[in-house]
Formats: sequence, C-alpha cells, structure tokens
Amino acid sequence: MACAQTTPTVESTKSQASQAWVGRTIPRVEDPPLLCGQGTFVADIAAGDNCLYAAFIRSSVASGRLVSVTAPPGVHLVVAADLTAKPIRPLLLRPEYVPIDMPILADEVVRFVGEPVAAVFGRTQAEAEDAAEQVQVEIDRLPAVVSVADALADGAPLVHPVHFPTDPNVAIDARRETDGFHAAMKAADRRISIQVSCGRQSAMPMEARASHVSIDRSTGRITLTTTAQMPHVIRTGLCDSLGIPEDQLRVVVPDVGGAFGAKQPLAREDVVLIHVARQLGRSVAWIETREENFLAAWHSREQVYQLTGGFSTDGTLLCLQSEITSDVGAYSCYPVTFGVEALMAMNELPGPYACPEYSGHSRAILTNKCPVAPYRGVARPVLTMAMERLMEVAAAELGLGRVEIRLKNVVKEYPHRQATGFVIDPSSHVEALEQAVAATDFDAHARRKEEAAKHGRLLGIGMSVFSESSGFGTSAFAERKMAITPGYEKVQMSFDPSGNVVLRIGASPHGQGLRTTLSQIVADELGVDPSRVRVIHSDTDATPYGWGTFASRSLVIAGGASKLAGAKLREQIKAIAASMLECDARDIRLRDGNAEVTGTSVRVSIDEIARLAHHNSQLLPEGLDVGLDATATYDPKGTFSNSVHVAEVEVDPATGQTTILRYLVIEDAGVMVNPQIVEGQIRGGVAQGIGNALYEELLYDERGVLTTTSLLDFLPPTMAEVPTIEIQHLETISDFTVTGAKGVGEGGTMGAPAAILNAINDALASTGGAVTHVPATPQRVREAIRQAQRGKEESA
Amino acid sequence: MKPAPFDYVQVTSVAEALDALAADPDQSKLLAGGQSLVPMMNFRLARPAVLIDINRADELNGVARDGGRLRIGATTRHLQLQNLGGDDALSSLLRRAAVHIGHLPIRTVGTFGGSLAHCDAASEWCLVARLLDAEISTASRERGVRTIAAENFFQSLFTTAMLPDEMLTAVALPLLDDQHHAGFVEFARRAGDFAIVSAAVLVRTVDGVIRTARVCLGGVSSVPFRSSAAEAVLLGQPWSEDGCAARVSAAAADAAATEVAPTGDMHGSEDFRRDLVRALVPRALAQAADSTRNRMRSR
Ligand SMILES: Cc1cc2nc3c(=O)[nH]c(=O)nc-3n(C[C@H](O)[C@H](O)[C@H](O)COP(=O)(O)OP(=O)(O)OC[C@H]3O[C@@H](n4cnc5c(N)ncnc54)[C@H](O)[C@@H]3O)c2cc1C
Repeated sequence: MACAQTTPTVESTKSQASQAWVGRTIPRVEDPPLLCGQGTFVADIAAGDNCLYAAFIRSSVASGRLVSVTAPPGVHLVVAADLTAKPIRPLLLRPEYVPIDMPILADEVVRFVGEPVAAVFGRTQAEAEDAAEQVQVEIDRLPAVVSVADALADGAPLVHPVHFPTDPNVAIDARRETDGFHAAMKAADRRISIQVSCGRQSAMPMEARASHVSIDRSTGRITLTTTAQMPHVIRTGLCDSLGIPEDQLRVVVPDVGGAFGAKQPLAREDVVLIHVARQLGRSVAWIETREENFLAAWHSREQVYQLTGGFSTDGTLLCLQSEITSDVGAYSCYPVTFGVEALMAMNELPGPYACPEYSGHSRAILTNKCPVAPYRGVARPVLTMAMERLMEVAAAELGLGRVEIRLKNVVKEYPHRQATGFVIDPSSHVEALEQAVAATDFDAHARRKEEAAKHGRLLGIGMSVFSESSGFGTSAFAERKMAITPGYEKVQMSFDPSGNVVLRIGASPHGQGLRTTLSQIVADELGVDPSRVRVIHSDTDATPYGWGTFASRSLVIAGGASKLAGAKLREQIKAIAASMLECDARDIRLRDGNAEVTGTSVRVSIDEIARLAHHNSQLLPEGLDVGLDATATYDPKGTFSNSVHVAEVEVDPATGQTTILRYLVIEDAGVMVNPQIVEGQIRGGVAQGIGNALYEELLYDERGVLTTTSLLDFLPPTMAEVPTIEIQHLETISDFTVTGAKGVGEGGTMGAPAAILNAINDALASTGGAVTHVPATPQRVREAIRQAQRGKEESA
Repeated sequence: MKPAPFDYVQVTSVAEALDALAADPDQSKLLAGGQSLVPMMNFRLARPAVLIDINRADELNGVARDGGRLRIGATTRHLQLQNLGGDDALSSLLRRAAVHIGHLPIRTVGTFGGSLAHCDAASEWCLVARLLDAEISTASRERGVRTIAAENFFQSLFTTAMLPDEMLTAVALPLLDDQHHAGFVEFARRAGDFAIVSAAVLVRTVDGVIRTARVCLGGVSSVPFRSSAAEAVLLGQPWSEDGCAARVSAAAADAAATEVAPTGDMHGSEDFRRDLVRALVPRALAQAADSTRNRMRSR
C-alpha cells in the first residue's frame, strides 16, 4: 500500500531525540543580515579592496577563426597565448561520450557568441570597460551550426574537429532498452505518440557570476572568493588546469545571490583571474554583467522529446519509447559534463509511472551556442512535460479521464524498481493525486469551463504528477560513469569549551537555509537549542572535502551526516555525564541543554560537560579523547519525493495571453525539517517553472547571435505574474534516508511547465489548437489558434 | 555595464540649460528622469560628453490649466500624471495611460517630456500626444521658441523634429468636455513591460452619434500610427452608454488591422501584432464608454 508510514531503520537514533526542533518552522538564521543589507557578496569584497577589475572581450561571432587580438600600448591585455593553464576537459567514462576540451581563452577558433577571447584590466569596472573598447579583435567568420537540424545536416561543419563515433556533432548517443520492449510494443492495443520541446533557458540568478582573487604575500597562497556551488570540486578543477597542488588554493564562497545550477560549473574566467593575480601579485576581481551572464554563463533545457506509449485499451501503460535530443552548445561543463541533461532525460523516464518495458535513445548535439549546464530540475521539467502530455493525449484518445489514467499508472507498491533501474522509495502518488483532485474540485472544472465559454472565455485546468529524484549518493553517480563521482557528504562536529556546537560541512548552501535546518537536526540530536549550533561551509580551508550544493542533496546528505555525527557526540556527552553523575550512560538523556538522569531531576549542563572535556581532561572517563569532536559521512542511495501540481488558467483567445487563476502543489517531501523552508523551495521553484512555461526563452538569430541579452528581452516572471501558490503536504517517511527527509529543491520547477501547458491545452480544446513548445507565449498560443482555424476552414 | 566617461552639469533654469546646450549641442544630452538615457549610457549605446541635468529647473515641472488646454511641464513625472485629480475625460485618460509605464520606481522619476523626446515606438505618452494632437513647445538659444504639432514631432524611431540644441519645455493638450470619450489599452507580456501593441481612442459624440473619431496605435510602426481606416468606420455610427455596437468596433478593429504594416521582431511577429490590434481596438472603445459611464455615475 502506498504511503504506509514506514518505520525508519535508524530507530535507535530517532527515538532518543526529543524531536523538538525538526518539523518546526523557525525563522531562517540566514535572513536578518540579508534583509538588512548586511550580506557580503563578492562585489562587496572587491569594493573593499584595492583590486584590479577584469573585463572580458568576447566573441561576437558564432564560429570563426581568430586572426588577431590587439590593443594599444597601456592596455593590459591577456590572450590565450599568455596563459600556460591547461584546457578544461570534463569527463564521463562512457564509450558514447565524446570528450571535448574547453580552452581557458579561445585559441585560434571561436565557437559561440560570448566565448571569452581576451581579458583587460582597470582600476575600476568602468576603466576596465574603457580598456575593453580599445581592443581590436579580428575573426574570420566560418559557417555556424545554430540548431540541431544544422548540426545533423549532411556536410554540416564540425563544432569540434574530433572523432564522433556515430554522427558528426553528436557528442553523446546513448541508448537503453529492456529485453521485452519490442514484444510489448507490438502487443499493445494502442500506440500513442506525442512531441514536446522546450526553449533555451537561463537560470538567471539575480547576482551574476563574480570572483575575486587575492594572493597571500607571505606564502603566495591564492584565495579565490567566488560564486560557486561546489567550492571543493572547483578547486580541484582549477588546480588541475593551473598545475598547482590543491593546498595552494583556497576557495571561499560568501553570500550568493542565487545559483540554480548555473554556478555549479567551473568558470574558465577564474583561471585567467588567478593567472593575472599571481603574475601581478595583486588582487583581481571580475563582476560579470547581466549581458555576459546571458551570453556565456551556461544555458539549459533546449530539448525535444518524442514519446510513444504502448497502452492497453483500459489505459495501462505497457511500454514507452523515447527519442530525445538536447542542444548542448559548444563545450562540456566541468565537472558534470553536458551529459547531465541528455542522460537524465533518458534515464528518469517514465517518471512516477510504472512501465515495465522501455526503450530510450538520447543524443547530446553540439552547436555554436553557449554551453549548457544543469539548471534547477535539469531535464526533469521537460521530461515531466513530455510524460504528462502523453497522459493527456492518451486519456483523450482512449476515452478515459485525465485523473483516471494517471491513477491507473502511477507507482503504487514501494520500493519500486523502474525499468531504468531507479528504485522509488515509499511515496504517496495515489494519495497526492486524490488530494489534488479533491482540493481543486478537478472533476467539476468542466462545468466552470462550460459556464465561462458562454461568455467567450477560455478556462483550462491541468496537472502534473512526478517524482523528484534527490539525495543521490556515490553509487548513483558512479552508475552515470562520471570521472569525478560526487555523492557522499562528510561533516565535522565539535563543541567549543563554552558548549556551542560548530558544524563544518562540505555542502555549500547559497540560499537554501541549510544553516537553519542543520542546526535543527543537530539540536535534536544533542538536546541543545539550535541557536547554539553554528554551521561553517563554503570555505575549503575550513570544511571537509565535499560536493557542494546541487541536485536537492544537501539536506538529505549533509543533514544525514550531521545526524550521524550528532549521535556519536551524544554518546560521548552521555559517557562524560554518566561519570560526572555516577550513573549508567544508558540512563542519561540530553534535553534543553542538559544531560539528565531519566526520571530524576539530577542533571549536569552540557556547557559544563564541554568545558570539562577541554579544560579538565584528567576527569574524562577512560577511553575518551579530549574535547568533543565527531566526524561522520553519509552516502545514501537516493530518495524520491513526489508531487502533484494543478494549474487553473484562463487563456485570452484574442491575445493568446495566459493568466494563472489558481496554482496548487501537493508535496510529499517526507519529514519536513522546517516546513517554511520546504515551502520556500517549492514557491521559488514554481516561480521559475512559470517562467519556463510562459515567459523565458533565450533566442539566437540565424547567424548564431544571441538576441535576448538583457532583461528587456528575457522575461522572468515578477511578483505580478506569480500567483499565490497553495501548498499541501503529505509526509511519507522513507527508510531510504536517516532523517526521513527527502530532497525538495527542484520539484517546483519540474511540475510547473507540465501543469501549465496541460491547462493551456485544456483551455484551447474547443479551438482545436494545441501548444507543445514552452514557453507557451501569447504569440505561440495565437499561432496555435490560427492554425486550427485554418485547418477547419480548409476542411470545410 | 558602466558608462563611458562624461562631464556632468546641473542647471536650475531653462535659460541655464539652453546656454549649456548651446556650448556643444552635438556632444551634450539633457538628463531628465534618466530612465531611458542612463541604461543606454551603461550599454554604451549613448555616450554624451556632457550630461546636462535639468531636474532642478523647477519651472519645467508641473501641470496647469491654461485656457482650453492642459500644460504639462517637461519634467513632470509619470507619477504626477498618474495621481492627477479631475473627473474629466482627459485626466482619466492620462491616469489610465500612466499606470502602464514601467513600474512605480520608474514612474516616480521618469518624465513626460523625456518620454516624448526619447520617442520610443512603445511609449504611452507619445501615443497620447498623437491622439490628442498635442502641441509641443521647444526652446533653443539659436532658434528661440518653437511649437511643433505632435503629427510632425515624432519622425521615426528615437527621432523627433527637435534639433540637438533644442530642449522640450512643455506640452499642451486640449481639455476634453463631456462629449468626449477616451480609452487607452495595451498588451504587454508582463505587468510593467513596454507594450507590444497599444491602442488609444477618442470619440466625440453629439446626440448619440460619433462626430469625430481618433484611433491611434503603438507598436505597429516606428512612431504612433493613426488609423484613418478605423476612424472612417466609426464616424457617423451610433454611440450609446455602452459605446458603439460590437459589430462596429469589430469592423473598426479589422480596418485598423488591415491598414497597419507592422514589422515583426522577437517580441511579436507581424501576424501577432495584427492580432493584437484586432483585440485591442474594441477594448479601447469599450473602455472609453466605461470611463464615461463611471464618471457620470460618480458625479
Ligand atoms: C524598466 C523600465 C521600464 C520602462 N517601461 C516603460 C514603458 O512601459 N513605457 C514607456 O513609455 N517608457 C518606459 N520606460 C522609460 C521611461 O518611461 C523613461 O522615463 C522615459 O522613456 C524617458 O524619460 P526620462 O525622463 O527618464 O528621460 P531621460 O532618460 O533622462 O532622457 C531620455 C532622452 O530624452 C532626452 N530628453 C529628456 N528630457 C528632454 C527635454 N526636456 N528636452 C529634450 N530632450 C530631452 C534625453 O537627452 C535623452 O536623450 C521604462 C524604463 C525602464 C527603466
């Protein structure tokens, strides 16, 4: 049965803690400085330092031979030839992956508009830009590959002169198929096909990228202060490129104004900054402009999905075939590679639906455009849209209800092994669907729609059902064959002599509220107030090696490690308390800052214990080390949270404008450590998903020039476009994680495009039009209506 | 995104401004609200050597009745017009147009004169000026004072009839009596965005019949477009409390959509802009009737 409240395996640690803090909304400790303008961002650090500012000269053509880069005397110009750093080569250890080198600065060849070809420097940003204007770049233009069709055309120019094992410009050509697929497809009563696609997206963090490099005068050590999501891994990549040992470089991440995946990859610009800072023995900063961020800071999601489902007449999905193309731009991103979108797309289908047989084919195709990187949700917003469109079309063709067909096919028995090998842990797909239907009176919408139609108004309702893979450990990433295999998180926890807890983590939160949530987890383990727990992160000098923050992993994995470390420290405290109180450690419990003998008023404060452990080590029980420290590593297999989103929209048939009238999320994230933070993650994600569904698209012209280079042209939704997002929770406790918590960082973005697109198409049903590309802009909606009208006229 | 180097001069009167401008008209720019000029300077699309700040020239700011006209000083902020009192057709038209301009912070500093001088194809004020046959006053040391009709003022994208040494000082709009019904609607992707297409209408009715009609469209050409085809459809048609018949406004919209020759860009294709004209003209007419009705009711 779905949603059985499964007993956690870590019973022992769980029952010990009073559970006072986990599950409570407490204010985020991160917020007061940010709200009071007291955050510290890279640009603040640069402004307080007498540093040089860099400006990068970028290619204005999509493909060409770099003839010369020159500047008048007095301009400090750095070009590829001035650098000794090695190119960046992100790797997947898969036969179908074509390794592509990314030079630090374009050398001989430019491959996309925005590719850095040189850097200049000034004492202010304005001076650096003045210098940039004096640089002359001569490029011989070559034919550019601007689309997948261009890339695959006969005789297409090669984006890179390397060997492509299947087709030219195809950098990943991956397939997987279950043994019984063909027989199942043949046997299916109905084969139903759909196609959906997604425009290029920018994660568009409010703060663009920024870096500041300083050199320690006495040691020559380098400190890079930057907007990164993976400080430790970035250090590895930079040191490999620069040929220096890792202890020479410290990477620090201060406050970050949003990242969403776009700050996960190594920035080639950072290598140039380090080079120049070392050369001049002087600090250097680069504050990326919005225009550069659009041009060169990683795009995403330009994908096309063709799905064919084999159904039985009662609507059971028997098998699924996918054909996926991802336009990945001109380079691969370090460390995760351009495989992320293409491979995730292929491997995470069919989402939350049980489907025994599957055949997938996914290609990553190189073009002369900005490279892609993960963006919150990665391929899942689009694959969810594809799957949910298939369900809508299949329901219509089979004469079934839209809810009915989903109820029939969602996974119901847990754990459930998908055809691609993913194991879905205890979830609540059926309950979530039922709750969503009840909360929105889904089935009665048809009446509301009919009523509105009498007044010429088009209403529609749409839903999306999905699982959010999260908290994946080493084993999952190893399966992807990443040369650098992320997964575990390690934490170091210690008490200082005053009884405060210091928790050092390898994760690198940048807005997720992890300092707050980890302090809640630790507080419960140690019986202290969360305000006594300080979390240190995002500094390679001060934290254990770790993978940073991405892929809805930090609360699950760093949170799990924190819980485990807390349990170890708890035992140490108990042992000390037992010796101080002359009782058995098993009779001690930690609560409200004290170690007390259960059932009595005999207690000693944890502060006293901490002081003793440091200052009176002669009193420590036999076998205990001085101080109070513990280290723990957590490396789970992965867990799935699950959701249903419902969007109700009105489409203005005359203008094509979509207005969201109601938006509901049913979310099951397992144990919610801090409900408000969970809801914040969902709301932010849905806002981005609304952008994806209706507003945001990066557009290139036929010569490969990006035309959407400012916020006049690339339109994220504002407060005025984002409706109230209603959220209801389910809480299935999974034994796949030690905290019972599941990741919830990306679900919002994953569900919104599908729900909204389905709602729009429901509204358009009476016109005969349908939109299958997002963003579903007013113009696209109008085109769909016009096309349907033309079709009707022609057939009349 | 930092501007090229420039000098900055602040003036406190029109006379000072004109002197400053006369010194080097081609290399100077007047700075009003800065909401168009400063972004262009940051993108280095504009690089004046001298910036002449006219924000402290108090005589340029304010709205006053002057005979049968409303005189709007060049540096009158969008927000001042949004907050304009009065229950006449002109005041309500200005309020309805103003709310569409950007967001509150932009309306707080951006100016009416700056909008006309900047001459963006999507500008609300340019459309209003054209709809009402505004008379635009300019001044320069060399040329003295000129009054230019809106029809001749807007020449093409970002180009007006003003010469580099001239400044816009004020704009006169005709007051509208109760025979007038005016509406202003626009379509933008998001609240506060520049309109993709906008439509402004003004009809004068006598005894329930449309005697004069104005239909002006933004976003379909480089300057505000007057649709004489739509106007011809409206003339002589009955006008009731609910405005004109649905059939008539649809016909006017069709006429306008056929007459315009928009060029498509990434914000809207040619077809889409025509669709929007067809959608907006009836809405502008409906709003004109609505706003008269509300006005009468509230009196
Ligand atoms: C995010 C954003 C959204 C916006 N949305 C809209 C919108 O929806 N609709 C809209 O119409 N505008 C919009 N604007 C522009 C805004 O309305 C500007 O305020 C207006 O276009 C220019 O007025 P200004 O006072 O800011 O002029 P400035 O930017 O100071 O000047 C603009 C130009 O006019 C010249 N100029 C200014 N005053 C005079 C004068 N008295 N005589 C001669 N020349 C002069 C300047 O030299 C300059 O060339 C938006 C701006 C922003 C930043």
